[in-house]
Amino acid sequence: MSAAPADLVRFSLREPERLCEFSPSSWELLIRQARSAGLLARIAVLLERRDLLAGVPPGPAAHLVAARTLATAQQDEVLREVAHIGEALRPLSTPVILLKGTAYLLAGLPASLGRTFSDVDVLVPRDRLAEAEAALMLAGWATTHPSAYDQRYYRRWMHQLPPLQHIRRQTVLDVHHAILPDTARLKPSSRRLLEAAEPLEGHPGFSTLSPPDLVLHSMTHLFHNEDLSRGLRDLSDLDLLMRHFGDRRGFWDQLLERSRELDLERPLYYGLHQAHAILGTPVPPSTLERSKRAAPPWPLRSVMDRLWSNALIPDRSSRRSMTPVALFALYVRAHWLRMPPGLLARHLAVKATMQPR
Amino acid sequence: MLVSDLTPRALRQQLHGSGLRLRTGPVVTRVRSRLDSVADGISLHYANHAAEDGAGFADFNVSVERPQGFRRWIAPQVVFNVDDASSFAPLPGDQGFPMLEWGLNWCISSHCHQFLIVHAAVLERGGKAVLLPAPSGSGKSTLCAALAFSGWRLLSDELALLDPQHGHVVPLPRPISLKNESIEVIRAFAPRATLGPVVRETLKGSVAHARPPEESVSRDTESALPAWVIVPRFSPGGEARMESMPKARAFMGLVASAFNYNVHGREGFRALTRLVDAADCYQFSYGRLEDAIPLFDRLG
Repeated sequence: MSAAPADLVRFSLREPERLCEFSPSSWELLIRQARSAGLLARIAVLLERRDLLAGVPPGPAAHLVAARTLATAQQDEVLREVAHIGEALRPLSTPVILLKGTAYLLAGLPASLGRTFSDVDVLVPRDRLAEAEAALMLAGWATTHPSAYDQRYYRRWMHQLPPLQHIRRQTVLDVHHAILPDTARLKPSSRRLLEAAEPLEGHPGFSTLSPPDLVLHSMTHLFHNEDLSRGLRDLSDLDLLMRHFGDRRGFWDQLLERSRELDLERPLYYGLHQAHAILGTPVPPSTLERSKRAAPPWPLRSVMDRLWSNALIPDRSSRRSMTPVALFALYVRAHWLRMPPGLLARHLAVKATMQPR
Repeated sequence: MLVSDLTPRALRQQLHGSGLRLRTGPVVTRVRSRLDSVADGISLHYANHAAEDGAGFADFNVSVERPQGFRRWIAPQVVFNVDDASSFAPLPGDQGFPMLEWGLNWCISSHCHQFLIVHAAVLERGGKAVLLPAPSGSGKSTLCAALAFSGWRLLSDELALLDPQHGHVVPLPRPISLKNESIEVIRAFAPRATLGPVVRETLKGSVAHARPPEESVSRDTESALPAWVIVPRFSPGGEARMESMPKARAFMGLVASAFNYNVHGREGFRALTRLVDAADCYQFSYGRLEDAIPLFDRLG
């Protein structure tokens, strides 16, 4: 066994061909860690693409096959759901931009390999938001957060409508007008994102963000997220996105340039460095170096780098004693970045005293 | 090695330590617990099951424990953990063994998507399997226990594991869960059945488990093709009646009883249509087991 037990999931994302060296107890731990990280199906697909799934011992292989079957079903459901959304929003004649996993899947990007889904994310121009919501309600989507406080919280401060759920199919849809809350420190311009969006081939009415924006959004999402239980999954998405787009001429320069235009240089710094350090993403050294301009000042920088690497590697049964501390620190940080302190204190006070529904 | 080969001391050592690796059909579960009720329940109900070598692969890591805290001294509870995270609300203190059983059902039905899993009892005779899909309260488990002690081989009391490609049912012989009146009914009908202690005031009322017959456990690698789909319904005082059921309705009944039909998409549809095409489908109502079993014995 050459891998340290704490790093089994990371190890299998980086070097799937070496999983055949695993002992039964390592397989057992890998299946547990990969399941809680949401990466079991991805590992299954990585093995399948290298014709290695047949070599996995029957015990763990059953779990890999089961997870892949579940992910395939979820992807089929997302494809059907997108068709329904297209139908509902067609009267608007505004481009609807698919975000995150939905975009990777519809664009056929490698980042959709073995990806699991819990909802669909779309972005529409802010001035068309009310029309989009009305059209979706007519087609059977209803809010999941009916309380007056939640409604106001989302509509006034957040970057999306309160999540919608379809009354018959029970599927969840997040309609965004921006990629960060209005109250967040960083202010990426939705107008610029919409202007650069690219029509999705074969899916009239739908677009995706341009490749650099897709990567920047993925980074922004990960490095503003208060719940990092699926952090390594998101980092793996980023890794697959950058491996895919990285060969395009001028991609890395565009990425740096675009991060300045969109006020996302800090998330870019974290994204490039963590993906490179944890998953070996082939980021050119000059790009890594130039992104450091946006790094936090010393000594905060080394603290943050440690926190991220602790939080992003699955902790279950690992011996990294810092993980809970790191997760809590990043949880506080995510809230800090999303809202000014006064507003955050007020929001948390209301949430703490509200009757659970 | 079988669970019954372990001394009570050795069994407890495993349960208290790194875990007992318990094989139930295709699933191996590493069970840890410091509760006597769980140790006793396992030694009674899983006596004929294999306790595998500790170093091998386990599909699930579960534990049933008392939560820490002040409450344990006043009104003790039990919690079920999967992979060190608790997934269910705690239950009152004496429900350790039923909780292990429900927890294992949950592990299998929510993760083992290599199978199309139907909420159904399955038994086999002469190489042919009968599937009894039905919601709780329909008398399915009572009928299943009665058949299991009347010459039918038990494949499963709760979860029919269908291989979606080949259509056979993979055995998962585990204790049969009996509720309320059916506990006494089975005691009277099958005196040689081994029943565990009755646990009262659970979410499902009073619960007792029956140990699966030894032969059903020792033959747990022999799968069987379904030849009958029979939807049972208990009707107090009623006669036993077996009526033919349209295949489309039997199909819809299986879909409604399936845990993961949606996960299998087109292949799931094909698997279930093939199943009902090849099987005789009946609706069965009964009031007394003594009348019910002969009708099953006359099948095919």
